[in-house]
Amino acid sequence: MKLMHGTFSSLPPLTDAEIRAQIAYAIGNGWPVAIEHTDDPHPRNVYWEMWDRPMFDEHEPDACLAEVNRCRAAMPDRYVRVTAFDASYGRQTTALSFLVGRPAHEPGFRLDRAEAPGRRLAYSVHSFAADAPGGERYATEPAPPGRARRKEH
Amino acid sequence: MPDQRTTGSSRWEAGVLPYTAMGYYEPDYRPKETDVIVAFRVTPQEGVPPEEAGAAVAGESSTATWTVVWTDRLTAYDRYRGRCYRVDPVPGTPGEHIAYVAYDIDLFEEGSIANLTSSIIGNVFGFKAVKALRLEDMRIPLAYLKTFPGPPHGIVMEREHLNKYGRPLLGATIKPKLGLSARNYGRVVYEALRGGLDFTKDDENINSQPFMRWRDRYLFVMEAVNRAMEQTGEIKGHYLNVTAPTMEDIYERAEFARDLGSVIVMIDLTIGYSAMQSMSHWARRNGVLLHLHRAGHSTFTRQRTHGVSFRVLAKWCRMIGVDHLHAGTVVGKLEGDVNVVRGYYETLRGSSVKADPALGLLFDQEWGSMPGVMPVASGGIHAAQMHELVGHLGEDSVLQFGGGTVGHPMGVAAGATANRVALEAVIKARNEGRDLLAEGPAILKAAAVHSPELRAALDTWGSVAFDFESTDTADADAAAAVV
Repeated sequence: MKLMHGTFSSLPPLTDAEIRAQIAYAIGNGWPVAIEHTDDPHPRNVYWEMWDRPMFDEHEPDACLAEVNRCRAAMPDRYVRVTAFDASYGRQTTALSFLVGRPAHEPGFRLDRAEAPGRRLAYSVHSFAADAPGGERYATEPAPPGRARRKEH
Repeated sequence: MPDQRTTGSSRWEAGVLPYTAMGYYEPDYRPKETDVIVAFRVTPQEGVPPEEAGAAVAGESSTATWTVVWTDRLTAYDRYRGRCYRVDPVPGTPGEHIAYVAYDIDLFEEGSIANLTSSIIGNVFGFKAVKALRLEDMRIPLAYLKTFPGPPHGIVMEREHLNKYGRPLLGATIKPKLGLSARNYGRVVYEALRGGLDFTKDDENINSQPFMRWRDRYLFVMEAVNRAMEQTGEIKGHYLNVTAPTMEDIYERAEFARDLGSVIVMIDLTIGYSAMQSMSHWARRNGVLLHLHRAGHSTFTRQRTHGVSFRVLAKWCRMIGVDHLHAGTVVGKLEGDVNVVRGYYETLRGSSVKADPALGLLFDQEWGSMPGVMPVASGGIHAAQMHELVGHLGEDSVLQFGGGTVGHPMGVAAGATANRVALEAVIKARNEGRDLLAEGPAILKAAAVHSPELRAALDTWGSVAFDFESTDTADADAAAAVV
């Protein structure tokens, strides 16, 4: 399956120039850009891992794009997203969030149904990837520093 | 200066006095920061001076009755009297005037829209001295506003809950409105959501009819919603309409929807203001988003000379506390002049809204920290208009394509995909600095190269437009009240 996540997941993957244009838009609005990645794509997984802190003081789209590419190179089999944060009063939330990387193979989700009286069902969306421990979920996960490369599964 | 009779002893002699003479017209009055201020469009009967008509409106919507009553003297009547303090002729429309009336905050029960509306529009709209009367705009003082909880979640919380940012949300009303069995109804929900919409919606008149009872609908719909989440990996919702004959029934349906895991429920305006406030409290207590369908509003909002402007109703709904409210599309099949609709959107989303007569906004309105309501654009819109919709309505909105999803030649899911691709392409282009209104068709055409669904939508509806004159437009040179 193809994970639908973020503002542009129905479009073809964004090129570097297109990613740079979106970063420039965010910076132009005064929204700091941040990079996050995960191997748990559950729709209610809010807290992806942060790739360092948000780039509050980075006003150069090219520098942000270079950081995006560093993250993607280090995390080739994770979902990677770029977010932009609007700290202005009344908003103070994410203003833009879009995927810039996804694993080559996306196993998707299973819907679990727990039957209850009166035809009720309690639903739960289950990510196949999350069956494996963190760090072992996608095929070519690079080993964390100082640890042996994990076996592919 | 007020008429001598206002203060002299003859003021209290039994009999009938003009409202101006009873103190309801006071051109020197300067509204207090805590006053509720109201602009009425008044069309007086022949021979009734506009000031007298304005005073009559102020009187009948506050303390006055048709005759002098001595029992006024048992009260601090000067505080409780509504005051018409300004009357302006409407340029280019003889016979119409805008009368500004100020009311002391003590006239209103804290946190009660029922009381506010019973006071301001309770009796006066049937008053014989005026041919027609319209509530155009209303300034709610922050002190009174703070007695209302406002939207149970608001735009920011809704986005954080759904995990969707940077673009309008997409929805569709399930069609046909009436007659689908629960199982078939759920099929349409599933196809539309898996194809790319964020929400689907019950229509206003889908409650619990013989062809589909509410409980059956909820069960099949939630199966569809969860299946679509499984297929896409993103959060989906369906506005389950909980409108019902009694408040007890409404709560029963809402609780069932919550227990099935629905992120959102829906009510119709027809349930009434107090029921809406009850549901607003329920929605915040239970963490369920609240969608309001403005069913019936056009009976009193549409005509320019009589009734209540939708911008005022929108203000009341934000105070009542809903998370979504239908507010017009500009380009679709339903009434809505572009500037007037922009004024509604400002009212729902702004935090410090400035008076702008071109948008029909006659007063500054401070919203304090009250969250914004997500405006919903629904009714006769389609993918080929996406650039106009985003250009006119902005990003914090829900765009709903009912026929424009379900009627797609390749099927419901393809219709949804067409809308999603069109929306993302338009947002991407806007962020890249392109001019949406000028380049929109080219942007959509380019996006359709990668999307046969969008190409088919453009081929089917590309030339459909609803070009009719609006009945409700802003006054040409209306002056904003100086408050």
